[in-house]
Amino acid sequence: MSDSDSMAGGSLVAEHEHGPELRHHFATVEQQREASTLGMWLFLATEIMFFGGLFCTYLIYRYWYYDEFAAGSRSINIWMGAINTGVLICSSLTVALSVRAAQTGKRKTLIVLLILTLLFGVAFLGIKGVEWYQKFEEHHVPGLNFSAADLIRDYPQLHIDPHHVQLYFSLYFAMTGLHALHMVIGIGVFLFLLYESWKGRYTPAYHTPIEIGGLYWHFVDIVWIYLFPLLYLIDRKPL
Amino acid sequence: MSEHVISSKLYVGIWATLMVLTAATAGVAFLDLGPFNTVVALVIATCKALLVVLFFMHVKYTSERMTKVVIAAAIFFLLLLLGLSLADYTTRLVA
Repeated sequence: MSDSDSMAGGSLVAEHEHGPELRHHFATVEQQREASTLGMWLFLATEIMFFGGLFCTYLIYRYWYYDEFAAGSRSINIWMGAINTGVLICSSLTVALSVRAAQTGKRKTLIVLLILTLLFGVAFLGIKGVEWYQKFEEHHVPGLNFSAADLIRDYPQLHIDPHHVQLYFSLYFAMTGLHALHMVIGIGVFLFLLYESWKGRYTPAYHTPIEIGGLYWHFVDIVWIYLFPLLYLIDRKPL
Repeated sequence: MSEHVISSKLYVGIWATLMVLTAATAGVAFLDLGPFNTVVALVIATCKALLVVLFFMHVKYTSERMTKVVIAAAIFFLLLLLGLSLADYTTRLVA
């Protein structure tokens, strides 16, 4: 870089007189924040289509093989699913409140809320792990000593082809697995936000990372809000 | 437009509503409503998702119109994917 270039850059910064949080290609902090938020929403739009493909596959096979999907759905633990929904909703509340804490400049509250969010996230994955382990013990993992004999015995009213039950469980593991992967990434993002908050990087003037990290977390919550009824509540009424 | 700060009370109210709706959807699943079990479950899920998007994700208070365009476009294309695929698969005549 030549001398004249760096001098021009220096004079630009002096001219605008803004804090270090504002990148010089944005006019105001407000414009920078709106651009970041819009970028995050664009990413979430691609995520909607990403999960959309799985939801579409699910809907088609559920329409074709309703009885097998009903039997598979009855075999997964509805209470663990419901509790996990509650855990994620609690985590969304702590995320929403942490954005508020950042907006109002309460650093200690922000740190406590981020830690609570991480704990809820880990609790969700723990419960999910127990649930997967149960499926493993029941031979309900596709391709791994898979057996639908227990379902055929328990639900004689339903027409059950074991191959189609495998299809249900394949989708169950693919959808909850992809969701769990998003949770793991979310926990990584929030560990980073916690570290930066600890160092006092976020102020009422600049806290965009908390805001867009929060958007991601809420999106993952919404995916679960649909996964819970679609996977766990297909057919719970008395046969 | 500056950023809108939502009161803690409203956040807790949204959280309580979401918890009640979760209990409701799990409870209703045990009742026999015929084909309406799925409809009720999806309507409740959509109400919950709307509450999260509007309040927790601040879409109700955003002044940025492009954000709303992106969300509307994403939902439109998702419905296009699901709607047209199901229109095909549910109307096939199996010989």
